[in-house]
Amino acid sequence: MVFRPEEAEGPVRAEEMRPPLSARAQTVAKLRARIRQMERDERPPPAVLPFGVAALDQWLPERGLRLGALHEVAGGSGDAVYGAAAALFVAGILARLEGPVLWCLTYPDLFAPALAGAGLHPDRVIYAEAGDETAVLQVMEEGLRHGGLAGVVGETGRLPMTASRRLQLAAEATGGLGLVLRRWRHAGAAEQFAQPSAAVSRWRIATLPSAPLPVTGVGRARWRVELLRCRGAEPGFWDLEACDAQGRLAVPAELVDRPVAAAAGQRRAAAG
Amino acid sequence: MAQGQARVPGLHVHEADPAADQAALERLGLWCLRRYSPLVALDPPDGLWLDATGVGHLFGDDRAMLEDLVLRLARSGIAARCAMAGTPGAAHGLARHGYQRITLADRQIHEALGVLPIEALRLPDEMVRSLRKLGFEQVGELCRTSRAALALRFGALLGERLDQMFGRLAEPLTPLAPPELVRVERAFVEPIGTAESLEHQLDLLVAALCTRLAARALGVRRLDLLCRRVDARTEAVRIGTGTPSQDPRHLLRLLALRLDGIDPGFGIERLALVATLVEPVRPQQTSSLVRDRQQEIVGLVDTLANRLGASRLYRTVPVESDLPERAVSRVAALAPPQAPTQAAGWPAILPRPARLLASPEPVDTLALLPDHPPSQFVWRGIRRQVVRADGPERVFGEWWRQDTERHSVRDYFQVEDQAGERFWLFRSGDGMDPASGPMRWYLHGLFA
Repeated sequence: MVFRPEEAEGPVRAEEMRPPLSARAQTVAKLRARIRQMERDERPPPAVLPFGVAALDQWLPERGLRLGALHEVAGGSGDAVYGAAAALFVAGILARLEGPVLWCLTYPDLFAPALAGAGLHPDRVIYAEAGDETAVLQVMEEGLRHGGLAGVVGETGRLPMTASRRLQLAAEATGGLGLVLRRWRHAGAAEQFAQPSAAVSRWRIATLPSAPLPVTGVGRARWRVELLRCRGAEPGFWDLEACDAQGRLAVPAELVDRPVAAAAGQRRAAAG
Repeated sequence: MAQGQARVPGLHVHEADPAADQAALERLGLWCLRRYSPLVALDPPDGLWLDATGVGHLFGDDRAMLEDLVLRLARSGIAARCAMAGTPGAAHGLARHGYQRITLADRQIHEALGVLPIEALRLPDEMVRSLRKLGFEQVGELCRTSRAALALRFGALLGERLDQMFGRLAEPLTPLAPPELVRVERAFVEPIGTAESLEHQLDLLVAALCTRLAARALGVRRLDLLCRRVDARTEAVRIGTGTPSQDPRHLLRLLALRLDGIDPGFGIERLALVATLVEPVRPQQTSSLVRDRQQEIVGLVDTLANRLGASRLYRTVPVESDLPERAVSRVAALAPPQAPTQAAGWPAILPRPARLLASPEPVDTLALLPDHPPSQFVWRGIRRQVVRADGPERVFGEWWRQDTERHSVRDYFQVEDQAGERFWLFRSGDGMDPASGPMRWYLHGLFA
């Protein structure tokens, strides 16, 4: 009797007519499926903190600063060493979140009343004085992995790729906000800011001359908030008024008064 | 007794109560433990040993400590004699048979010990009597006699006591344990040395400790892990927690971080966990509706505090002071919040810089007196033109702190240069009165 496989196994389906996959090809197919699944990203859209400045929020792909991610902030020219404006920018972001903040630093020259002035209540900030920059990164990672914090700030000049990747993963895992405040010992070292890292966005906060007041005195500080790099957005810059007592940035008054205020911000940004 | 009562009218007679004496001695020992020395041992029936190593300087010097001790005991009706010496045996003898109430051992300690009566050697009465019959009166005479003959006649104890007195033989003290000390121990038949077995044993120990703590409603603030090695050395690890904890997982995690500091050598034969600082914990009602943010980060704070040191993890609280360097004070990271609802406590209308220099740095300026801001200044080699300025904010010295601050005045200005960078400058002195300061300009902080 002649053995006829199609009779023995019933009707043959289309898939089975293909040549059988080897074990290796099967593995590859499985991995491809997993990658597809991962890329589809079935997680809910990431939590976002809007800046409250329309021009800035519309520019960003998620309409605000992504939480559960790592961001880098540095000061402009002279402030690259002291990071005063950058510290206030960071404090303003954290002021609008809820929960305790871990601030890791190597040199304690941060003045708490100023942070309170940007809306970050002293009860919320826990300072961790780490011995060196490597320790700052380790403490940051510990804080981000633990969760339960509104955000973790680390003041460091060095941010190697591996360290930033670890921090980004830790932030993703717990949904915490990681902010690296880049600060260098001398202005020349600030060129390290051009080196790549795994942070989601990179900001530079430079001071601008403030608007003249009708009387003697200084008004609200002005910053040039520069977005140097961001996943899914072009670089750009905005000239804004510094954080107020609730940590909010604002568009300068003379720009608001103009009818095409929002467009002005956009155009300037595109120019940068 | 009848004779005594006849001689002293109104003589009170009490039955001897050795058990009560012992208990009283222990109580006294505990008092000493809390006040004078971390290691106190009983020397019954009427003595206490205090290990005064590194303790004296807390009272000034050793003599001051002993005087303080005698004085305090005298106030509560105890006539005490004390001595400090290199060995427990010597201190015992000098305290009881020395010439003074307070004896400090010095270079002539051997002579001083030599003239002590033989009772100072802590020997049984029987032995003392037979020694006296043989004509021995002083310790020194015993020292000069052949040891072999003495040992033949009186046994090994006599030589042992002599050696203990002169420091030739170590004498371990049995420290008095305070009743609140929670201690758990495990001894092993086979010494352990691998990391896995150490972790496993630690697991069991911590669980046992936490059960004991929970039974007494106590939580650990400081925990010592003592590893007794085969070669009689002890490896120790200390961890601290910000809030009293009786959570085995938390304690285990903190210990595990420090385990690599332990060198097991040829093996560990005994592990002990001692809760050296405990505090009562009150059971707390937890709610799933209200998130207690502080509770969530207790674990993190402890981990970081054990890694960096507790003093390097802190929060800041406002202090009522106009001098900026005194306006901030540090508190423990888990200290109760100062003002959960109200404003931060620093005046919000006064400008304060984001970065405050550790000490004000002198700058060269061009400024008009008495109350004009500088028109330009040089700081760290860079000349800056002042475009806008605000001030002065006058800060007076706090005369109640230091006499030198009685007249001192600082005038603070917030200035902005061409690039928009803002600085906090001050002039020491009010611009008029030389007594208020030398009119020098300093840079104290940086705004954004």
